[in-house]
Order: sequence, then C-alpha cells, then structure tokens
Amino acid sequence: MKSTTPARSMKRSTKPDAETLERMLYYLKLTRESELRLEQLLYRQGKIVGGVYVGRGQEAIGVGAALAMRPGDVTLPCHRDFSVFMIRGFSLADIFANWLARGDAPARGRDNTLHMGDLNLGVIPIISPLGATLPVACGVGLVLQQRGNGNVVLTHFGEGTTSLGDVHEAMNLAAVLKLPVIFICNNNQFAYSTPAAKQFAVKSLALRGPAYGMPGERVDGCDVLALYDAVGRAVERARAGKGPSFLECLTLRMAGHSAHDAAEYVPEKLKLAWAKKDPIHRLERFLLARKVMTKRQIEELHKRVHQEIDAAVAQAESRPLPRGEEAVEGVYCEADCWWRRPPSAVHGPSSVATGTGQRTTHD
Amino acid sequence: MALLTYVEAIRQGIWEEMERDPSVFLLGEDIGAYGGAFKVTAGMLEKFGEDRVIDTPISESAIVGAAIGAALMGMRPVVEMQFMDFIACGFDQIVNMAAKLHYRWGPAVPIVIRGPCGAGVHGGPYHSQSNEMWFVHTPGLKVVAPATAYDAKGLIKAAIRDDNPVIFFEHKFLYRRVKEEIPEQDYVVPIGKAAVRREGTDIAVITYGAMVWTALDAARELEKEGLSLEVVDLRSLLPYDEETVLASVRKCSKVILLHEDTRTGGMAGELAALIAEKAFEDLDGPILRVTAPDTPVPFSPPLEEHFLPNAQKVVEAARKLASY
Repeated sequence: MKSTTPARSMKRSTKPDAETLERMLYYLKLTRESELRLEQLLYRQGKIVGGVYVGRGQEAIGVGAALAMRPGDVTLPCHRDFSVFMIRGFSLADIFANWLARGDAPARGRDNTLHMGDLNLGVIPIISPLGATLPVACGVGLVLQQRGNGNVVLTHFGEGTTSLGDVHEAMNLAAVLKLPVIFICNNNQFAYSTPAAKQFAVKSLALRGPAYGMPGERVDGCDVLALYDAVGRAVERARAGKGPSFLECLTLRMAGHSAHDAAEYVPEKLKLAWAKKDPIHRLERFLLARKVMTKRQIEELHKRVHQEIDAAVAQAESRPLPRGEEAVEGVYCEADCWWRRPPSAVHGPSSVATGTGQRTTHD
Repeated sequence: MALLTYVEAIRQGIWEEMERDPSVFLLGEDIGAYGGAFKVTAGMLEKFGEDRVIDTPISESAIVGAAIGAALMGMRPVVEMQFMDFIACGFDQIVNMAAKLHYRWGPAVPIVIRGPCGAGVHGGPYHSQSNEMWFVHTPGLKVVAPATAYDAKGLIKAAIRDDNPVIFFEHKFLYRRVKEEIPEQDYVVPIGKAAVRREGTDIAVITYGAMVWTALDAARELEKEGLSLEVVDLRSLLPYDEETVLASVRKCSKVILLHEDTRTGGMAGELAALIAEKAFEDLDGPILRVTAPDTPVPFSPPLEEHFLPNAQKVVEAARKLASY
C-alpha cells in the first residue's frame, strides 16, 4: 500500500502550474462558501426543501480529481462532489436552481441535490442507491476503451457505499475487461451514523484494489495536491491501457450526514484533529509559502467568490417553479421528446443544459 | 420466406440489427464462445467480433449497469439474462437507474434486456418464472412478450430501435415449438399494439406469451360446442393496447383474462380494472381470470401441471361464463 507523498516533496509529472494552483483554491473556496450558503442560509430559511448534503472538509477530492480530467473524459460525481459540477461547466446559478427545485434547472425539478447531469459536459449523476453508478461507469469505460482516444471515466463514492454488491461487481468487471475506470472512494469515516469500523473489516479499503486485480492507493483526502497527483497517475495508467485503479481518499465528514443531522456521534476530538487538516487552509499556506499568491490576492478571491455566489443565488431564486402538470411529462424518450423542448419558463439568457449529446434514432 | 422457429427468429432479428447498426452490441453470460445457453447468439462472436459480443462474469447488476453506461455514450446494448429469473439480481439497475434516468435529467437509455421466461419445462422455481409485472409496474420501462415467431423477430427489432429501456420476455416453451414462415425483408412489429389471433363473437380471451396457444387450443375445443372465442394477443404489456382490448370486449360482451403469471398483481388485474372502468356498460357477465395460483413455480411434474393454466381450465371458465 502506497503512502501519501507530502506536497513539499512531490516529484512526478503531475505538478500543477501556478494557474492550476489558483484554480484549485478558487474552486475549493467556491465549493465551501456555496455549500455554507446552501446549508446555513437557504435551507434554514426554508427555501430548500428535502435533504441538503454537503461535502465540508472533503472539497479537495472533487477539485483534485476534476482538474485531472481532459476533454472527452467522463465523471460520475456523488452528492458531496459539488466542485466537480462547476469544474465541468455547470453554471453556479444552474446548480443553485437545481437545489431550489426550479422548473428550468438541469433536472427541471424531477430530482434534487446534485442529481443532475449533462452528457455534453461529461457528467453523469448518481441515483440515491449509491454504488449503482459504478457499473454504469464500467459501461462508459467500455465505450471509451473501444473508441481508443485515451479517454477515461472517474466514479466517486463513499466508504459506506463500498459495502454494496454493485461496487464489487463493478470493480471485478473493470479489472477483468481492463477498463479505464478510476474508482475514487471518499472515506470520510462515517456513513450517516455508521463509523468505518462497523462498515468494513479490512484494514484499509485500498487493499481491495489488488484484491480485485488493480492498483490500490491510499491518499490524504484533505491534500488537493496529493489528490491531483494520485488521480493524475491513475488517469495516466488508464489512458495507457493499463486498466482501472482504486483510490481511497481519507477525510472526515465535517458536517452531518445531511443538514438535519447534528452528528453528535462524531467524537469532538476527531473533529478538532481533522479541522487542522482543512484542505483550504493547507493550500493557502502552500500558495503563500511558495509566493504563488499574496495574502491580499487570497482576500480578493474570497470577496469575488462571495459576489459570485450572491449573483448566482439571486439569479436562481428569480426562476419559476415547474408547473404541476409537467409531472407526467418526459417519462419516455419518443420522437417529440419533452426533454428536447426548452423548459417551460426560461428567463433571459439561461444556461440550462438540455442536450443529451447522444445519437438516437430521431436525431 | 424461410420457416423459422421462435428462437431462430429472435436470433435472426438480433443478427440483422447488428448488421444494420454498428452501435448495437451484446453483453451476457456464455453468449460469445458458447453461443448462449439457448444458442440465440450462436455464430455472432465469429461474425461480429469480441468488441460487439461480450462474455461477462456472473454479475447481472454490473452487466445491466454497464449497458446503461454504454447507452449513455451513444451505443445500443442488448443484454441477455440467461434466464429471466436472474433479472432480479439486476433489479436496482433496471428500476432505479434505467427506468428513471430519462425522467430525471433527459438522456435516452436505449437498452434491451432479453431472456427466456416461463414454465412447462420442469425448470423449477428459478428457471420458470413470469416476472414481467415487476417491470410493468415501473414507469419508464417498456415490456414486451411475443407469442409468435414473426412477432418475436419484429419485436426484438423494434425493441433494439426503441430509445427507451425495453424488457423483452421470450417464452422458453415456445422456443422450438412454434414455427412460422418469416419474410426475408426487414420488418418491425410496433411496440404497444395487440393482435387479434382469432376472431370470435361470444367470449374475448385476452392473453400473451405461451398462453396465446393455450387459448387457441381452447377455442378449437369450444367451437365444437358452438361457442365462439376471440383471442387477443397483447404482445406488449407496457404500453399495452387499450383500444384493441376494449374493442374485443365490446364486441363479445364477455371476457376471460388469461396469463401464466400468478394471480395477485398480475396483468389480468390491471386489465379487469380497465374493462370495468371503460366497458362496464358493454359487459354481460363478470370478468373472469384464468391464471396460475399465488405460489412459486413448482418442479415435480404433477405439481407444475396443477400450477399451470391449460386449455381445459380455459374451456371450463368459458363454459361458466357462457351460461351467465
């Protein structure tokens, strides 16, 4: 089992340049502040109904992974990978509109949280039975493999999810067929209230990689540079036809399972220890030490991020809810496909994703 | 024209679609080198190559999930379930993933899941089920069950060309027992349309799958007694042909709903409600059901025989209804 490489002494080809480093901080902050806005404000104001799930403390995983992608790659992010959606090209307003159940949001009100996708952006969402996306990722990988362009597929899931049968079927299938799939496991140590010790008996989930016939690596999930490196290497292996990899990214779930969960079952000592590993603070310290950014620039970035969120929330809130009758539309994909028509009430220059990017018989 | 069995017709249909559209490919257990447990895919690996005929591990859930992923990328996969009983191992992928993706965010999921269903071959509980209703009850799916060789070919083609997930139930009892002259040119049987197999005036029998032949046997028997049965073959269960069902009921004023599937929650219940809602005025007698009882499919021949509907049971129900 490989140990993580500290950011200081990285020596491999996946060293991010200054521009990438700044982008990393931007997306980390945008994710953190957006999720705080969702959970601490919009939800408590009653503007968001249903569950609110955030990935506080785990933002580095989505950022490190999505930035390692190139055009033509596909990702299947889960509900704690907010950053992936933005990095792949969803507008912040669209993401907030989806949370706010708007009729012209990417899911048009049909599903909530980050259950939204766009094949043109290479994003396929989860379904609530987590783990079911892993076999889907294998199917994507199969097609990418046959096309031979070196593209890969990333699939995100938590440690709790790894107990599901689909995960094992998918890992086995990917290894047998040598598919270009990167299995990215966010081990945030709690699946709702179930601690990792009650979830699996193996010492580290990374051990399962070799058990299925693929490399397995444990990574510091709060170190965006280590993640960028580990995902980058796994991606390169897959591009070269060497098949799948399994990454176990260690984090701690710093918020409850969802907004209504106070998570008192998480020991305070554990929270304090992991707060010290906060991915955003660590990257800021790194950038300041290497003089990639100044303190002033980081403050400006923080302000910009908040302005962006303000604008996105305002835009999203201005959008209408769907009409009730729409509930019975779009069940089947037929010649006059409901999804191919613009959403019922589009306001101004909407960036709503309506395309499927697929070839179907009526194209 | 060529004389083909039901299973050969399915094979020909898949072969033609594979030739016609390079995005069609197959996944399943033992389908490649072995040609499939029932030889439906015999010769296809040699002809189309291992990229398009993929032998998978025993992982129904991963196979269906992978098919969905491939479909999202623009392919048209056809998944074989070695026996439709094992479709339960991939249930979540079918009802929670395939059926709901289009509704939730818009992509098409053009997959076909096909396999042998049904009893009468001493297969026991796990090689004989009729589990179509699990899927008829799932919006977003289409469910098809041909009874003739001509329809089997035409419907597998329609299913492959459909942009929605289609569950294709092939009745294994019919595989080699049903033969028909099949035209050589391309044809498609539309999903959602029933077929009147036999015109009649006294009692309408609405059915599908192997029971279509049972109904025709019963009709021939009853003809001797001067009773005229109309036999309607649903062919598709989701969507199903409301219009043809109601037209038959209105014409005959009496109806028997027949299926090999177990009684409670079977298609007959759905049709009975439809008929009571929309053809109440036209009925001259109660709506009768002839189905298997609510048990798993038993193995020992006398048990299975008791379990299965047969022509005699249909005849008795018809006589009862006729005297009403």
